[in-house]
Amino acid sequence: MLSRTAENLYWLARYVERAEYLARTIDATLRATALPSAYVGKSNEWESAIYTAGVADGFFGKHEQADERSVVDYLAFATDNPSSIRNCIEIARLNSRSVRTALTVEMWDTINGAWIELQQVWVNAPRTRDNLSRFLRFVQETSLRFDGSAYRTMLRNDAYWFSRLGLHLERADNTARILDVKYHMLLPEDEHIGGPLDYYQWTSILRSVSALTAYHWVYRETLKPWLIADLLILNNSLPRSLASCYDNLVRNLDQIGVAYGRQGPAQRHARGVRNRLEHSKMDDIFQHGLHEFIEELIADNSRLGDIIAKQYLI
Amino acid sequence: MAVAFDEMNQPDGSLRQAYQELSLWLNDTPPDALEYRRKEAELLFRRIGITFAVYGEAEAQERLIPFDVIPRIISARDWAVLEAGLKQRVKALNLFLSDIYHGRDILRAGTIPEDLIYQNPVFRPEMNGQDVPHDIYVHIAGIDIVRVDPEKFYVLEDNARTPSGVSYMLENREIMMRLFPDLFARHRVAPVENYTDELLAALRSVAPATASAEPNIALLTPGIYNSAYYEHSFLADKLGIELVEGRDLLVRDEQVFMRTTEGLKRVDVIYRRLDDDFLDPLAFRPDSMLGVPGLMTAYTAGNVTLANAVGTGISDDKAVYSYMPEIVKFYLDEEPILNNVPTYRCRQADDLKYVLDNLHDLVVKEVHGSGGYGMLIGPSATKEMIASFRDRLKAQPDNFIAQPTLALSTCPIATEQGLAPRHVDLRPFVLTGREHTTIVPGGLTRVALKEGSLVVNSSQGGGTKDTWVLDE
Repeated sequence: MLSRTAENLYWLARYVERAEYLARTIDATLRATALPSAYVGKSNEWESAIYTAGVADGFFGKHEQADERSVVDYLAFATDNPSSIRNCIEIARLNSRSVRTALTVEMWDTINGAWIELQQVWVNAPRTRDNLSRFLRFVQETSLRFDGSAYRTMLRNDAYWFSRLGLHLERADNTARILDVKYHMLLPEDEHIGGPLDYYQWTSILRSVSALTAYHWVYRETLKPWLIADLLILNNSLPRSLASCYDNLVRNLDQIGVAYGRQGPAQRHARGVRNRLEHSKMDDIFQHGLHEFIEELIADNSRLGDIIAKQYLI
Repeated sequence: MAVAFDEMNQPDGSLRQAYQELSLWLNDTPPDALEYRRKEAELLFRRIGITFAVYGEAEAQERLIPFDVIPRIISARDWAVLEAGLKQRVKALNLFLSDIYHGRDILRAGTIPEDLIYQNPVFRPEMNGQDVPHDIYVHIAGIDIVRVDPEKFYVLEDNARTPSGVSYMLENREIMMRLFPDLFARHRVAPVENYTDELLAALRSVAPATASAEPNIALLTPGIYNSAYYEHSFLADKLGIELVEGRDLLVRDEQVFMRTTEGLKRVDVIYRRLDDDFLDPLAFRPDSMLGVPGLMTAYTAGNVTLANAVGTGISDDKAVYSYMPEIVKFYLDEEPILNNVPTYRCRQADDLKYVLDNLHDLVVKEVHGSGGYGMLIGPSATKEMIASFRDRLKAQPDNFIAQPTLALSTCPIATEQGLAPRHVDLRPFVLTGREHTTIVPGGLTRVALKEGSLVVNSSQGGGTKDTWVLDE
């Protein structure tokens, strides 16, 4: 397969996943800020949304203050934010056009249809709360449909595996980033059973990775910060957990390795991270420092991205 | 201008044979059903993503070519004439190119003036003495045909470089079959869907002698911003070959490779949809980012076949066009089956004088122009347009040819007011491989949607139709 095709498929999946993650972030932030301040404290939720999206430099280069208006616009629609939802969809479509022949009709339909709807409906729609929440649902549905189309219609060959790599690496990156910004909420240190303030912060974290219901199914407990950390980092039954992302990264890289009859640094690196996650316990992680652990994972994600690019995409 | 020949109706109002069944069907079909189908077709086109870009229009970067649902029907008898004429013409084009880049008998015989070749910017001295596999230069030709009366087809243009439009021939048919199954059931329409198989066979047959038994073929596109990108990806998909851009290829040891996830892979045949100028920045335009540095060294070493060959522009150049009847006679010793449109060569003093005196009646074209740009349509031009064109013509007469305004034949299209005749042309696609030359029965019919308009180019408001050749 052409390296450029693999690269396009990989980034296509990344951009679609990123768009969904941004939509979830905005959605969770909207909910949090709709609560009376007694429940959420004085922390600026919009500012933290900017940080979890990883676009703080770009944003504060343009805006002094992070408030609903400026953040929603920047994350959802701004053309000068390279990873706004709008740009994600635009780039996803450009990528799709470049690799039309590697996509199934269903995948192309999803991306092309979303792009047309974006142009015709959303770009110029009045910026009301109503429209925003419909827009966010549209983005999430696009991602679900794209992912579902890929899963149900693609041949299981390198095209599929590279697209899965993009998806899972992007997910790992997003989950790690939200943990990086919110890790202090998850520290068990002072052992205080969370007041309403923490409780809503925690639900907000879970909501942004669509794991609120999952939490209750897995732990059958009220929200405990260390369990939330456990769920997002180590529990491989949650699709957005880091452990699950790395399981999938290893599996797809292995498939590629088998098909091509050779393995390389990407397979080794992914396996290394997966093993570390597999053998970690939450207690040890807290002991050695949650933040350090997460920072290391962020660095690992970015290193894996570089290695995959070098080994296959250029 | 004379009354145009209508392909459906005779002057006395009766139907021509090929359109009998269609007319019966139309009588049974309410007009709003046609409009409904048209909308459905548009939706399908939009969803499949069949769009084209219009250069210079930032707003409408991707537009649909309007599609008319009434098929254009060609009888088996007419097609037989066309087919023979097209084969003859393309055979002559290939012989001409081989001669021009080798012995140049035709120049020595004085049939064509030497400076018309040597001073022509599309003549490629790099190809002098260069052999190409099986002496085939034009593997894919799109010959533009117009009809002016029951007996006469004219060749309007020979497109021997990177002709486009075949995807519309194929997709129009797919969509028509989906929308009007009952109409198809009432006709015997010759299929066109084997075009891509024929194309693949032709490309395989011209692989270099050094290629493996399973030659690796790729389609080279300028990229997603090219106006015909959809077609490139469509064809690559149907052919089952990689769609590559210049940056996917590299040349090493005079061989072409593509970058794949498993390392470099040798490429044997390139169906290129990139003009000569952009192919290789080391050989042609140094500023081209679209091509492959060193491609020409691999090509001249004979390690890769380019389809079409480099330098075919000299055969479809509009100034050379006017000599096509002589070219056919020179190489084949036959009378041309298809006529040329009478053409005035502005490079010749008496022709130029006639053209200047009759600008308001003529169509004047730039010798190297294409796509309907840079031309003057005398009868519909304003005085100012004619005056300014006159100046350009006087300044560079060599740059222009002129032709009488032809009364292009008309076919019915569906309008909101019912059926109405519009002018059409036809571009059949001629494939030449080692063994034989094939033409799938059909082609791209372009139609000028505006009443009375003669400009069928899609960049200027033209549409397309499905083209049926009846298999009687």
